[in-house]
Amino acid sequence: MTLYDDLAAAIRAHDPVALATVIEGPNVTGKLLVHADGSHTGSLGHPELDRVVARDALAELEAGRSGVRHYGPEGETTPEDLVDTPVVRIFVESWAPPPQMWIFGAVDFTAALAKVAKVLGYRVTVCDAREIFATRRRFPMADEVRVTWPGPMFDERGAQLTARDAVCILTHDPKFDVPAVRGALATKVGYIGVMGSRTTHAKRMQRLAEVGVADQRDLDRLMSPIGLDIGARTPEETAISICAEIIARRTGRVAPSLRDGAGPIHQ
Amino acid sequence: MIVRQTGGVKELLDDLDRWRSAGKRVAVARVVDIEGSGPRDPGAAMAVSIDGEVVGSVSGGCVEGAVVTEALAVLAGDRQPGIVTFGYSDDEAFAVGLTCGGTIRLFIEALDW
Repeated sequence: MTLYDDLAAAIRAHDPVALATVIEGPNVTGKLLVHADGSHTGSLGHPELDRVVARDALAELEAGRSGVRHYGPEGETTPEDLVDTPVVRIFVESWAPPPQMWIFGAVDFTAALAKVAKVLGYRVTVCDAREIFATRRRFPMADEVRVTWPGPMFDERGAQLTARDAVCILTHDPKFDVPAVRGALATKVGYIGVMGSRTTHAKRMQRLAEVGVADQRDLDRLMSPIGLDIGARTPEETAISICAEIIARRTGRVAPSLRDGAGPIHQ
Repeated sequence: MIVRQTGGVKELLDDLDRWRSAGKRVAVARVVDIEGSGPRDPGAAMAVSIDGEVVGSVSGGCVEGAVVTEALAVLAGDRQPGIVTFGYSDDEAFAVGLTCGGTIRLFIEALDW
C-alpha cells in the first residue's frame, strides 16, 4: 500500500488525516502522513524532523488548518537554531473539519472569546434567545449568530459535536444555563465550560440536581467556574484563560483550573 | 470570477484512482500559500494526467492553463517538482496573473508516492 492509498482511504473514511510535504529545501516531495492518533508513516528526510512535524501536524489537524511551516533540516524550530541553517519549508495539509465552539450568551465576554477562538481555528457559533443581543453586528467575528434557546439548538445539531469541539456557557442566568448544560451533557462534546462565581456555581449545581442532573460522571465534565486560574479580569484575559483551559484539557497537561481551586476568582 | 469551493484532493480521488489503475502517470498541483486577495485557500488542488486530462481547479480559472503546462513539464521530466508562483509582485511570477491581484503559490509534483 502506497502513502497515497493510505491517504485516500483515510479521506474516504472521513478519518482526520494530515499530509506533510517538503516543498522547498533538501528532499523536496518528501512526505509524512499523520493520523489523528499521532501515528505516522513516510519520512521527510530526518527522524527528528519527522518527529517535530508529526507533532505540529497533529495540532494543525486538530484545528483543521492547512499551511506552510518552516524548520531546520533536523527539525530545528527556534529562531536561534535556525540561524545559518538552510530552511525546509513544509506544507501541512489537513483533512478535517475545523473544530466548533458554541458560545451561549451574547455578552461582552462572548465577543472576546469568539475572537480568540477564531485565532485558534474554531468555527464559532454564538447563541442567545434574546434577539436584541444576538446580532451579527455585535459579533462580526463569529461564523454564525443564532437567536434560539439552548434546547432547540442541541436538539437540532448536538449530534454533530465531537471531542474536538467546545461548548462555553457564559449566560450567567439559570434560565439559559440549566438547559444549555443539560443539552451539552447529552452530546460527545470534549469541553463544557460554564461561567460564574463559585456562589453562582453552587446555586447552579443545586438547580441542575433539581432537574435530575446529578450523575457524578456528568458533573465531572463541567469546567465551572470556567477557565484557568491565571488571574484574568477583562473579557479578553478571560477568553485567553478559557482557551488555555481547553488546550490543557485536550493535551492532558497539568494547568490550574479555577474549578479545582477554592476562594474568590478575582483577588 | 466564480469561485467553486471544493474539497481539494478529496474531490479528485476517483479520477486519480481511475488514472492510476489505467497505468497513466499523473501530476498534482496544490495551493500551498496565498497572499492578499486569493480566490482559493491552501489545499485547493487540480490534477493532470500524462495524456492531458484535467480535473479540479486552483483559482477561478485565471491560472489553470499555465498550471497544466507546468504539470505536464514535471511529468515529462523537463521541470523539477516544486513551487510555482502566480501573481504580480513576485520575481518568479509567471506572465499569467490573478485578476483579483493576489499572489498564489502552488506545489506541483508527480503522484508517484
